[in-house]
Amino acid sequence: MKSILTLDTIYYLLGIIVAFIAIRIARDPNHPNRLGSSLFWALFSITFLFGNVIPPFYVGCLVIIMVLLASFNRVTKSNEAETPAEERVAHAQRLKNKIFLPALFIPIFTIIGTLLFGKIKFGNWALIDPEKVTLISLAIAAVIAFIASMGVTKAKMDVPVKEGSRLLQAVGWAVILPQMLAALGGIFSKSGVGTVVSDIVSDVLPTNYAFVAVLAYCLGMLLFTIVMGNAFAAFAVITGGIGLPLIVHMHGGNPAIMAALGMFAGYCGTLLTPMAANFNVVPAMLLELKDKNAVIKAQVPIALSVFVINTLLMYYLVYHF
Amino acid sequence: MLKLIGVLLVAVGFLFRLNTLLVVTVAGIVTGLVSGLSLHEVITMFGQFFVDNRYMSMAILLTLPIFGVLEKYGLKEQAEVLIKKAKNASSGNVLLIYLFIREISAAVGLNIGGHAQSVRPLVAPMSEGAARAKYGELPPKVKEDIRAHAAAAENTGWFFGEDIFIATGGILLMKGFFDSVGIHVDVWDMALWGIPTAISALVISAIRFRQLDRRIHKKMTKHKPTSSSKTEAS
Repeated sequence: MKSILTLDTIYYLLGIIVAFIAIRIARDPNHPNRLGSSLFWALFSITFLFGNVIPPFYVGCLVIIMVLLASFNRVTKSNEAETPAEERVAHAQRLKNKIFLPALFIPIFTIIGTLLFGKIKFGNWALIDPEKVTLISLAIAAVIAFIASMGVTKAKMDVPVKEGSRLLQAVGWAVILPQMLAALGGIFSKSGVGTVVSDIVSDVLPTNYAFVAVLAYCLGMLLFTIVMGNAFAAFAVITGGIGLPLIVHMHGGNPAIMAALGMFAGYCGTLLTPMAANFNVVPAMLLELKDKNAVIKAQVPIALSVFVINTLLMYYLVYHF
Repeated sequence: MLKLIGVLLVAVGFLFRLNTLLVVTVAGIVTGLVSGLSLHEVITMFGQFFVDNRYMSMAILLTLPIFGVLEKYGLKEQAEVLIKKAKNASSGNVLLIYLFIREISAAVGLNIGGHAQSVRPLVAPMSEGAARAKYGELPPKVKEDIRAHAAAAENTGWFFGEDIFIATGGILLMKGFFDSVGIHVDVWDMALWGIPTAISALVISAIRFRQLDRRIHKKMTKHKPTSSSKTEAS
């Protein structure tokens, strides 16, 4: 079955949004890094608009140019000032709680979309690609919320371009970090980094003790997730390398409990690593924090406490049920 | 062992605060090369993974223009007005309520929230607003503390709620893995055994948010925010 709306449709929309930023910077004579910044966003836009047609090697080359521009500090934010506080307060007093409506539309329509849009069909055509329902629903919800926000505020069309560009430039080059880390994770997997890590863990620990097997598995998930920035990538490697042979086969543990709690041990690792950029680094930029590791620092006590409790829970549950 | 050089490069890069993009790219290229891939192959992999994972930037690119408009028209300010009406609202309580909603909704399969969609426009301003209503203007260090914990609430709620629902990526990945090695595992078993850890994550976060409230109270009552708060911010 074919779909009317696929992820590709949304990528075109994203490409156009990013192109607006590139053009805006190119036309801004006060921008401190006009050429470099404009080029960065233009290349990013190309990966959305033409990512499917350009051979991967050339996309890789474009990506490396983007990395170099960022490394030489050529990608910076503009000098555009935020709207003065008095003006924002005046608007808030006028619009009152109506201002929340568009913001609430995003979760509301994402839920409606997830539940309903996936089922809408016209003959042989599905409205949205059934495999990507949540992502496409989020995009549809964002479009509805955008229209609503323009209606509620009665803003001119240049406002979303100006404000969106200002906020995205504040995030800056970190916006491509999650995709780059996904690539690094892929290269690590293909190069067999995981097998080396799981070999080391099972070599140095006396895993013939049932508790040590649990500890080795949980630590493996934690450490490997810290390295990869992604618990899903760690799961197959560490469960195949440590969990299955030691906890399930050697000590007769319950695989469902092992997997459920093992994944949580990995999530504790996600809370601790700058490699999980979209959860830890990008939010620090979004919230305009001076310390880029502030989110991780706030999470360290939570992650370590949950890790200890989770490991003990696994030890008590995995061998008894 | 040589393959671990990429891991070492990443650690060193983060330690010396080099540009993260550069560190990641160099680590990928070096790891690929020592594992026998050609430079052409490594660059191709970067390109392929970059294109395959474009959905990762979607939420930010789509929602920031909307919140840019709403923030210009007083979204954050109105969020503060709203929170000031609530009695007994504190920064920690706001974050705990958000964490609770995020974790429960994730546990029934709903992905509402997100750093760009909820934390920046609503949760962080409300949490800051609650403290400002009590103590007046906040020094930068206190603001940073509150905002970082707002991001932590989002991550903790989402991670530990998500795997309670059977149709999420995590559970399906585990199921797929066990299928591939020929072990039958029920998805409900994996989802339900996650509940004790999910509850403990909630309880520990509640303690952490209580501590945040105490820290704010101590800072704001001990000495009024003056120029001294700036010097310790580094």
